[in-house]
Amino acid sequence: MSYRNDPYDPKQAVLLAPEALEAAVADAEKAFAGAGDLDALGALKPAHLGDRSPVSLARREIGSLPPHAKSEAGKRVNIARQSIQGAFDARLAELELERAARVLVEERVDVSLPWDRAPRGARHPLTTLMEHMGDLFVGMGYSVVDGPELELEWANFDALNIGPDHPARGLMDTFYVDLPGLVMRTHTSPGQVRTMLSRKPPIYVVSPGRAYRTDELDATHSPVFHQIEGLVVDEGITLAHLKGTLDHFAKSMFGPDARTRWRPNYFPFTEPSAEFDVWFAQHRDGPRWVEWGGCGLVNPRVLTACGIDPERYSGFAFGIGVERTLMFRNGVSDMRDMVEGDVRFTRNFGMAV
Amino acid sequence: MKLSLSWLREYVQLPAVLTAEELERKLVGLGIEVESIVDQAATVRGDLVVGRVLEIEELTGFKKPIRFTRVDVGNPEPQEIVCGARNFAVGDLVVVILPGGELPGGFKIGARKTYGRNSNGMICSAAELGLSGDHSGIIVLPESSAVPGVDARPIVGLDDVIIDVEITPDRGYEMSIRGVARELAYAYATAYTDPGAGPAPGATAEPPHPVRIDDTVGCDRFAARVVRGIDPSAPSPQWMQRRLVTAGVRTISLAVDITNYLMLELGQPMHAFDLNLLRGGLVVRRARPGEKLTTLDGVARVLDAEDMVICDDSGPISLAAVMGGETSEVQPDTVDVLLEAAHWDPVMVGRTARRHKLFSEAAKRWERGVDPQLPLVALDRAVALLTEHAGGTVDERVLDIDHVAAPAPVLLDTTLATRRIGLAYDTERITALLGQVGCTVRGVEPLEVTPPSWRPDLVAPIDLVEEVARLGGYDAIPSILPPVRGGGRLTPGQLRRRTVGRAMAENGYVEVLSYPFVAPGAADAFGLAADDPRRSAVRLTNPMSEQEPLLRTSLLAPLLGTLKRNLGRGERDLALYETGTVFLPHLTAVAPPVLGVEHGPSDEDWAAANAIVPEQPWHLAAVLTGDAAPAGWWGAGRPATWSDAIEAARVALSAAGMTPDRITVRAAEYAPWHPGRCAAIAVDGTVIGYAGELHPGVISALELPKRTCAMELDLDAIPAVPVIQAQRISTFPPALIDVALVVDQAVPAAEVEAALTEGAGPLLEAVRLFDVYASEQVGAGLKSLAYNLTFRAPDRTLTVEEAVAARDAAVALAASRVGAVLRGA
Repeated sequence: MSYRNDPYDPKQAVLLAPEALEAAVADAEKAFAGAGDLDALGALKPAHLGDRSPVSLARREIGSLPPHAKSEAGKRVNIARQSIQGAFDARLAELELERAARVLVEERVDVSLPWDRAPRGARHPLTTLMEHMGDLFVGMGYSVVDGPELELEWANFDALNIGPDHPARGLMDTFYVDLPGLVMRTHTSPGQVRTMLSRKPPIYVVSPGRAYRTDELDATHSPVFHQIEGLVVDEGITLAHLKGTLDHFAKSMFGPDARTRWRPNYFPFTEPSAEFDVWFAQHRDGPRWVEWGGCGLVNPRVLTACGIDPERYSGFAFGIGVERTLMFRNGVSDMRDMVEGDVRFTRNFGMAV
Repeated sequence: MKLSLSWLREYVQLPAVLTAEELERKLVGLGIEVESIVDQAATVRGDLVVGRVLEIEELTGFKKPIRFTRVDVGNPEPQEIVCGARNFAVGDLVVVILPGGELPGGFKIGARKTYGRNSNGMICSAAELGLSGDHSGIIVLPESSAVPGVDARPIVGLDDVIIDVEITPDRGYEMSIRGVARELAYAYATAYTDPGAGPAPGATAEPPHPVRIDDTVGCDRFAARVVRGIDPSAPSPQWMQRRLVTAGVRTISLAVDITNYLMLELGQPMHAFDLNLLRGGLVVRRARPGEKLTTLDGVARVLDAEDMVICDDSGPISLAAVMGGETSEVQPDTVDVLLEAAHWDPVMVGRTARRHKLFSEAAKRWERGVDPQLPLVALDRAVALLTEHAGGTVDERVLDIDHVAAPAPVLLDTTLATRRIGLAYDTERITALLGQVGCTVRGVEPLEVTPPSWRPDLVAPIDLVEEVARLGGYDAIPSILPPVRGGGRLTPGQLRRRTVGRAMAENGYVEVLSYPFVAPGAADAFGLAADDPRRSAVRLTNPMSEQEPLLRTSLLAPLLGTLKRNLGRGERDLALYETGTVFLPHLTAVAPPVLGVEHGPSDEDWAAANAIVPEQPWHLAAVLTGDAAPAGWWGAGRPATWSDAIEAARVALSAAGMTPDRITVRAAEYAPWHPGRCAAIAVDGTVIGYAGELHPGVISALELPKRTCAMELDLDAIPAVPVIQAQRISTFPPALIDVALVVDQAVPAAEVEAALTEGAGPLLEAVRLFDVYASEQVGAGLKSLAYNLTFRAPDRTLTVEEAVAARDAAVALAASRVGAVLRGA
C-alpha cells in the first residue's frame, strides 16, 4: 500500500478525530479487561498497540495535516496511546499476580512427609554430662585434667595415703595387670596426684574420666564407670569453701533449690571426710535427698607425698559418680543401659542430656 | 555389723521411745552408715504364742515322717497342728504361730488340710522366725520358762531392735557395743557407762600358765587366766545365744560363746584353749616359713615368716589374732580352760588375713585397731561369766605381759580447727569436744592432747580437727565459694575430643562407650600378623571374664562387639563411634622405682616411674553397616561403603582443624581391613589411622554383616591446630572449565587431582571430580575422570586465553605425571 504518499486522504484523517481516538481507547480497555490470562492479553496487544492499531495508524495521519493542526493532533494521539498502554500494563500486572498466586498453590507440597533422610547421630549422655560438669568448673576458674587409666599403683594408692597395709586398699576391688607397679585406677584421684606433682598451688582442677573396680555388672554397678573429681589446693582453704563449691555445683546442675547435706565418713585421702547428699527437687519419685559423692579436706599426708607443704597450704577434694548422677537426674533405672551401647539409649539424648 | 538396741541400752541411756528414723539420723550424723534398723517384734505378725505339746501321733506312708500334734496354746481346746520336725517330745514347750499370723518374708499362716489332717497353725523353728539360720528343728523352750498361751516374742528374743551398721576402717573402736554406745552418748548428750573401764585384777607374780613372747612388735600384750573344773555340758544362757545369733555369730559352746560375746561387747577378740590339750608353756613368735597349722575352719595352712603364731611344745597351735587351731580348741568335754586376751600388731594381722584370705571377725577388728587396755577387763568378765554358768574354780593367778606404749600426745595449734573448718572454734569448745571422745587435754598453746587408748587413729593434729568438726556438726559449717583464681581452660586435646565427637554425631554417628576388655582371640580374628605390635597387650590378672583378659590396643574389637549387640537387638543400619584410650605397653616390663610418701618424689624417680606406664593415646573409631542413607519417599537408599568410612576420618580431621591440603588418603594393606579397600589416612605425611571396608575373612570370623566398614584414628597424633591465616577473597568472576582425563585404572584419583592442582598454578581456585567413568569406549583398563576446574585471579577478570593456558598446563602435568590423556582432544 502506498497511501502514505497520498497528498490527502479524508478517510484517513478521520482517524485523528477525537471521537475516533476515544473509541479506540474504549475498545482497547474493554478488550484488555476481557483477557482471561496472560496469553489472551498478549494476543490482544497488536490490535490495540501494534503498528496496525488505530492509534498507530492515527499517528501516521499527523504528517498529512496542515502545520497548524499537527501539534494538537499529536497531543491527542499521545494521550490516547498512553491510556491504552496504561490499561494494558495494569491488566498485565493483575494477571501476573494472579499467575504467581496460582503457581504457589500448584507448588504446594506435603511438609509432613518424614524428615529422616539423613540419619541423626547422637552423643553418649555420660560424655555430654561430663562436659557439662567440666564447663561449670572451667567457668569457675578450674582446669580440666586427664590422667592414665592404667596407672601407677603409687599414684592410685600410696600417694593418696592408702599404704600397702591400709584396710581400704583391700576394699577397692582393684584390677591388677601383668606389669609390676601398675593397676587400673580405682578412682580418678591419681589425676590429682599428677596435678600436684606437675604444678604449684594455687591448684583448681577437676578430673573427669573412667575408673575401674571388679564389681559385676548389674542394675547399679559396672566394673567400668566414670567419676569427676575436684581438687583445690591454696592458702587458707577450709571446709566452708568446700561446702560453698559443692552447693554451687549442685545449684548449677539441679536448679536454685539444690543444696548439699554432709554425713561424716572416712576416706584415706581426705580428713575430715564426708559423704554428701544433694537435694534434688525434680526426682521422678518426688523431691528428696540423693546420695551424690564424697569429699573432704585433702589429708596433709597426701600433700606431703605430692611435695606440697601442708603447713602453708590446705586443700579440698570431692568426687561424684557420673553414672549415678545420670541415673537420678535423667531417670535411668538400669546401669546396663549406659554401658551396653544400645543406640536407642544414646539416640534418645541426641546432642543434649 | 549387727547390734541390738537392748544391748546398747545397757551402757548408754537412750530415750525410752526411739524411732528408727531418729536413731538412723543420729548414727549417720556420727559417721556410722546405717544399712537397716529392724524392729523384730514387727517381723512376725499375728499371734505367736507359747504352746505345750500334749500329744504326738506319728503319721506314716508319706515321703518323710510327719507328726500330727495336739498343742495347748492356752485355749480350752488344744490346737491341732501338723509338723515335720522331730526334735521334740510330749510335754515340751514350743513356739506356735496361729492362723492369721504372718512369718518374716510374708509367709501367711492359715488353717489348712495337709497330710490328711487339719493343721491350725505352725510350730516354728528359729529360722522361720528369722532368729537364725537354724533349720534343724523347731524351737524347744526351756522347761517352765513360760506358760502356754503367752506371747512368745519376748521369750524367743523377738522384742529387740536390730541395727545393722557399716563401720569405716579408721574407727576400729566402733566395732563393738562399747564403741557405738559411746558414740550415741555424744549424740544424745547422755550418760555412758564404759564396760571397758571396770577394775580388774592385774598380773600376779606367778602366771597361771607359762607364756613367753619372742616378738613384742607383733604382740605387745598377752594376758591369760585359767578356770578349772567347769561343767562341759553347761549351755550358753539364752540371752547370750540370742545376742550372738542376732549379731550373726554361730553359737558353739559356752566358753567359745563367751569369748565371742565379749568381742562383740568390748571389741576385744579372745581365745579359749583347752588347758589339758596344751603341751607345755606357750611361746608367741613369728612363724617359721613353711610351718603348718590346721585352723579351726579345717584348712591346713602353710605359714609365712611374717605370721604370728602361738605355740606349745608341739608347735603352732593358733594363727595369732586371726584364727585358732584345731588341736587346742575347746572340746565338748573340756573342763579346764585357758582364756587368752592379747594385743596384736594391726599391720601384721592385716597381712596375715589377706595372705590366708581369712577375714575373721577377730581379724577385722585387729586390722582396724583394738584398745590395748582391754585384755584384763575382758578376761575378768570372761572368767566371771564362765563360772557363773558352768561352775569351776578360777585360778587366782593372772598372766599379763605388757609392752604397750602409752599413746603419744598430739600438739594442737588452737587456731587449726578454725582455719581448716572455716567456723570459729575456741579453746574451750575444742577441749570439751576432744574430752568427749576420751582425750586428755592439757596446756594452752599449743594444746597437748593425749588420745585415749582406744583411738590409735588420732596421731596428727588434723585427726583431732576431724573430731572437732564431726562432733561440732557438719551442718554448722558455712557455705562459702573460694575466691576465683582464674586460669580455667580446656587443653587442646580436650577441645579436640569434644569437637571431633560432636562432628561425628552431627554426621550421623551414634556414640557408644565400650568396655576396653578384649579376648586373646581377637588378634587372630583380625588377621594381625605374628609381629603386629597390636598383639602386645596388657593382661589383667583378675579379669571380670576369663574370656576377655586383655586391654584393647585398638578400639575396634570392643566397638564391633557393641555393633553386634545392636544388630542382635534388631537394628540394621548402624553407624557407631567411640573415643577412648588404648593401652600400648612398653616391651620392657620393669618395676617402677619405690616412691615414698614422706616427701614428693624426685623428678628423676617420677620420670622413671612414668616411663613404665603404658602409652594410652586417645583413639577415635567408627564402624558402619547397612544403609548410610535410608530409602524413603525421596527415592532409593545408599548402602554404607568404604568411602563413608574414609569420609568419617575426613570429618574428624576437619573438626580437629586439619585443612584438606594437610590430609592425604592412600591405598594401604593393613589388617583388619580389606587389602583393596583400605586407606591410610595421613596428616602432613604421617599416617595416623586407617579407614575402609573390613577384610571378608574378618567379617566372617566375627560374624559381621557383609561389607561392614570401619575407621580408627589416633587422635593424640593429630597436630595442634595452627593459627589459620585468612585467605584473600577475589571479587572478580571465575572462569569455569571442565576436563575429562583418561588414565589407567590403577592410577589413584588423588594423584590425578594433585597433578592438576600443581600444574594449573595459582589461578586454580578449585578442582572437583564430578564423574568417574569406565567403558569400552574409554578403553580396556582405563577410566575417565571428569573435573570441574574453577580459575580466578585476585586482581582482574581472567581472559579466556589465560584460563585455557592454565587448564592446558594442568592437563600437561597430569599427562606427564600419571599418563593422563585429555578426552576428546
